Amino acid sequence: MAEVPAELVQELEARARSLRADVIRMLAEAGSGHPGGSLSAVEIVTALYFHVLRLRPQQPAWPDRDRFILSKGHAAPLLYAALAARGFFPAGELLTLRKLGSPLQGHPDLRKVPGVEASTGSLGQGLSVGLGMALAGKLDRRNYRVYVLLGDGESQEGQVWEAAMAAAHYRAGNLTAILDYNGLQIDGPVSEVLSPLPLAEKWQAFGWAVREIDGHDFAALINAFSWAAEGRECPSLILARTVKGKGVSFMENQVDWHGAAPSKEQAARALAELEARSPFKTTGRPSVCPQFAPDTDGEGWIRRPLGGRRGETLLSGAESRAAEKACRS
Amino acid sequence: MNTKQQEKVATRNAYGRALVELGRRFPEIVVLDADLSKSTKTHEFARAFPDRFFNMGIAEQNLMGTAAGFALAGKIPFASTFAVFATGRPFDQVRNTIAYPGLNVKIVATHAGITVGEDGASHQAVEDIALMRALPNMTVIVPADATETARAVAAAAAHQGPVYMRLGRPAVPVLFGEDYEFRLGAAAVLREGSDAAICATGVMVAEALKAAEQLAAQGIEVAVANIHTIKPLDVETIVHLARKTGALVTAEEHTIYGGLGSAVAEVLGEHYPVPLVRVGIKDRFGESGAPAQLMEAFGLTASHIVRAVEVVRRRRAEWAGRCR
Ligand SMILES: Cc1ncc(C[n+]2csc(CCOP(=O)(O)OP(=O)(O)O)c2C)c(N)n1
Ligand SMILES: [Mg+2]
Repeated sequence: MAEVPAELVQELEARARSLRADVIRMLAEAGSGHPGGSLSAVEIVTALYFHVLRLRPQQPAWPDRDRFILSKGHAAPLLYAALAARGFFPAGELLTLRKLGSPLQGHPDLRKVPGVEASTGSLGQGLSVGLGMALAGKLDRRNYRVYVLLGDGESQEGQVWEAAMAAAHYRAGNLTAILDYNGLQIDGPVSEVLSPLPLAEKWQAFGWAVREIDGHDFAALINAFSWAAEGRECPSLILARTVKGKGVSFMENQVDWHGAAPSKEQAARALAELEARSPFKTTGRPSVCPQFAPDTDGEGWIRRPLGGRRGETLLSGAESRAAEKACRS
Repeated sequence: MNTKQQEKVATRNAYGRALVELGRRFPEIVVLDADLSKSTKTHEFARAFPDRFFNMGIAEQNLMGTAAGFALAGKIPFASTFAVFATGRPFDQVRNTIAYPGLNVKIVATHAGITVGEDGASHQAVEDIALMRALPNMTVIVPADATETARAVAAAAAHQGPVYMRLGRPAVPVLFGEDYEFRLGAAAVLREGSDAAICATGVMVAEALKAAEQLAAQGIEVAVANIHTIKPLDVETIVHLARKTGALVTAEEHTIYGGLGSAVAEVLGEHYPVPLVRVGIKDRFGESGAPAQLMEAFGLTASHIVRAVEVVRRRRAEWAGRCR
């Protein structure tokens, strides 16, 4: 495992805390929604949006962007918080979640929110969409990667396995699924409701490269994302062991917090817990700017190896300017 | 029937209770769900009869296929999940494996329509009646309140063949008393009147009754029919209302394409053309919001029905004056 700089981990941890706080505030204000599965995926989504994904928030349709699909669409508050923090839309809009007329629908609507790549909410469909994007990327010889976040309960849907089979068949090496293995769904533990286990072996048998990690450990996540992008032919699955409701003591591992919003009082308690674990990082661009660095041999910028690709890649002129802007402002 | 009485019960709660009661009487009833048993209320049956309850996980196609197998082995399976996931997701399984051979599967779907509220369009079935109505052999029932739901669930269990029943998420007014009689396939005329007729279904029945009261205050007497069975449709009653009033309004928490409004238009077109105004969702998906706000924003309240009655009566007058 490559050494991940402590400052990067700290940076991401601060971001994660702030996304958690956003999620809690949004849900309390909305009065409904899904805290458990939003909180379990905070580190995964933070690592993606603040380290791994190549994005241009000011140009959401940039053809070479990496794609992220939230197949478990009920974690929408987390996606919205990450998109706002990356500047896709003003963070002030977050508190309109689930209100009549808000672009922030209960489940993501790609026509309403810049940065949302697919309309999800009906479980089990996102991996197929990601596969289509991945195969199109190969056809067009673009080197973007596609990431799809799945739930463990969600993996009971047959379509997930249809997509898994097809992705291996078509050698979608540019496709990575992350499975939020929090062990719970709505009616109880996944192992009791309808066991999808063993997961790693199933995905392996379907032709995927599989790595199992602690989904709250940034160093592990960053290494896993580097591993996923190593350029193999087969698609990759990161089986991320997580805790549903992570970060809020009274929500952790509680099945009843799947789809119930915290009251104002509960939200205040949750926020107090999160704030006790400062520092917070609520605004601005990534200050450590882990993704890019000036090219020491030339005028352009490079992508740094951690998290995205194996080896450094030289950016085009326009990309360099964007990277410089992102990191220096 | 009573619209002033404020007691409110969700139809899904009535379903949960009715299932337990029926489970006692019919040992061949089995219940299947897809990780939503706390929401669909089948968890009450699960508690009472754990051996006859099967949580199929988040896998609606397998849910329907397994229910078909139970039916073929002589059981009476009730399969429940949200209406979106009970009709759209496993449509082909319902079509080819259940409806085509006419299997005795009862699909009881909850969280239909925009009254789902904040979850938004992905979870709001506004086309489920249209989908299920298009299938040969399928009986389609949309109860208006908790009392009717209990009766309809019993009727569905007694009926031989596939049934789709559409229930809602929020608590809705209890309209009918314990003496209420439910006859599958027979529309219930809840209020007489000759100035116009409202054919309503599901949660819109309560709105139609409210509208009728508001209109009565203006001296306009409208009939209100509760079309709880969308299929087979009570053609006779609809034609009778058309003859009697010459102006019909339909009201449904569903798209006007393919649901009750379409069904009534088909009947009128073939049997007795009179002006018709359809209150329903106008070719759009739902969205997030509080249920009451959405009903207002989508034009599904008593006052929208009142306006529709005014429009249809004006149209009747225009048509009458026209040389045909
Ligand atoms: C097709 C479909 N069926 C049912 C649902 C209702 N539903 C929403 S979330 C959920 C449980 C999801 O569990 P899991 O995938 O483990 O998500 P997580 O634990 O990460 O929240 C269910 C059944 C849905 N959204 N889509
Ligand atoms: Mg889970």
